[in-house]
Amino acid sequence: MDRAAAEVATVPAGHSTARNPTESSPAVKWLAGIVVAIYAVITLIPVAWIAMTSFKDVTEAVAYPPVVFFEPTLEGYVNLFTTRTRATPEYMESLPPPATWYDRIVRSRNMVIAGPSPFAGRFLNSVIIGFGSTFLAVFLGTLAAYAFSRFRVPLKDDLMFFILSTRMMPPIAVAIPIFLMYRQLGLADTHLGLILLYTAINVSFAVWLLKGFIDEIPREYEEAAMIDGYTRLQAFVKVVLPQAATGIAATAIFCLITAWNEYAFALLLTTRTAQTAPPFIPNVIGEGGLDWAAVSAGTMLFLLPVMIFTLLLRKHLLRGITFGAVRK
Amino acid sequence: MPSSVPADRLATAAVSAGLSDRVITWLFVAPTIVLLLAINIFPLFWTIYLSFTNFRANQPGRAVQWVGLDNYRSLFDSDAVWSYLQNTAHFVVWSITLQVLIGFGLALLLHRQFRGHATLTTLILLPMMLSPALVGLFWRYLFDPQAGIFNYVVNYFGGFGTFSMLSSTQLAPWAIILVDTWMWAPYVMLLCLAGLRSVPPYLYEAAEVDRASRLQQFWHITLPMVMPLLMVAVLFRAIECFKVFDMVIELTSGGPGETTELASLSLKRAAFEKWRTGYASAFAILLFVVVFGASNLYVKYLNRVKSR
Repeated sequence: MDRAAAEVATVPAGHSTARNPTESSPAVKWLAGIVVAIYAVITLIPVAWIAMTSFKDVTEAVAYPPVVFFEPTLEGYVNLFTTRTRATPEYMESLPPPATWYDRIVRSRNMVIAGPSPFAGRFLNSVIIGFGSTFLAVFLGTLAAYAFSRFRVPLKDDLMFFILSTRMMPPIAVAIPIFLMYRQLGLADTHLGLILLYTAINVSFAVWLLKGFIDEIPREYEEAAMIDGYTRLQAFVKVVLPQAATGIAATAIFCLITAWNEYAFALLLTTRTAQTAPPFIPNVIGEGGLDWAAVSAGTMLFLLPVMIFTLLLRKHLLRGITFGAVRK
Repeated sequence: MPSSVPADRLATAAVSAGLSDRVITWLFVAPTIVLLLAINIFPLFWTIYLSFTNFRANQPGRAVQWVGLDNYRSLFDSDAVWSYLQNTAHFVVWSITLQVLIGFGLALLLHRQFRGHATLTTLILLPMMLSPALVGLFWRYLFDPQAGIFNYVVNYFGGFGTFSMLSSTQLAPWAIILVDTWMWAPYVMLLCLAGLRSVPPYLYEAAEVDRASRLQQFWHITLPMVMPLLMVAVLFRAIECFKVFDMVIELTSGGPGETTELASLSLKRAAFEKWRTGYASAFAILLFVVVFGASNLYVKYLNRVKSR
């Protein structure tokens, strides 16, 4: 059963039943709604504009004045995934007709596809490192949170504060030694190196958030299971984990977004093999500067998963962004 | 152990089968603590050590000398460092001010619970979940005086002629504030909204009975009740603004000149472009002390507000 979600969901509903003397008149509600809607539209224009730009062709993307109506093309996406070379008209003549739609797009610019670009690999790195570090952070975080929630841990408050304080540290304060350490250990530019680092960044968050979720599960459930002959570990796995499933999922999505969006350490510690997408996308160069259509395409592909996850998370957002301090 | 089941029965159950609670505690907590010690605390002490040396990470063979407080002295003597800190302060103060005003305002409106308010809340929250580096990158495009829509829209309404947000020394500091506010005003909004929802309706009922005006109700009920969460929001935002790196390096890269060179950017340059590792370590420790000290003081004050 989904206790945490149910509890969060009932808050606004429960509140609105209370008769509030400052309850707004319909006119005020309408006005408030319109102002907020205008803000929402303005605030979403930048994102919508990038989405549009990703479907423009290379010249439309930098046209002045900015183009609003245009014929959508996938040129930006093709340019993002390929490297191209300019060919002489004679050479273009000698080629057989284009075999695929992306060949056709590239050839219309007097170019031929030279090969795939590194983007797909960088995106895959983001996926591997994001999911790897999320799994580890949530795994470690769940164990620690359970112990902090249920057992008498020596110096519990100090340890919890210590765990939180590591998150307050400016990452750049530890970047230099981590850079040196990774160079020494051969972890620089490896998937494992970034996974460990992002796990460390996320685990403090995971412990705090999950402790809140586990605190809400009544102890009586496990105690009853233990009376029935379960060991403590069995009770943890078979009773507590299923109860905490929603909380664990919400925590995992937050960790994934943090790891997915991370940029500074990826920039400093990776160059090729393990480089993630954020440091790569700003370097998608076309002829004569950044290829903004391709950059927008990369940005959209990269932001889309986060937007979907945000929609999934909406009931837990408040809790997540305050480290579990605010629950409703 | 507060529980509905007698403790001795539980204890026998635990001992008779499986690991003891004490062993489980250590098994469960130790990996997290070890990881944090290895990747956070150990490096922090290493940074402190490096800050007293003249080590350069690009010349690992060179003999490392202990230079005492020299790095700190050159930090405090440097006019450049002072101006980076001023840039940072300008950015932090204005970003937070705008975010509080917009966030609180939006929260007050959303609290009216008009139809569709939940959907709008989710939509408004979107920017803060996005990758700051890519946000900086695409705003660079939006601010482009030719191809970007920002100038186009502003001129459509205002008619300011040609201007460039990112290459004017006057406008660039405001460009980074604007983008940070675009991203994070929703964060303040969400916390304020939680604060508004926590106000029990009977307080307003009582105020109504006492014939308190709307303004008085706001001043004496709404504001004090929202204050603790608003202050938490300000704390979190201040720490993040102070550390901000990704968005600004992609948006302005510190330019034009050094007008948007924030402390975190110049720290990265000192450490990984000029390779003055010892000096950069001292700089990092200075920033760490400022953030940590300021947030501790603030938390003390916050607890006073909460307990009132």
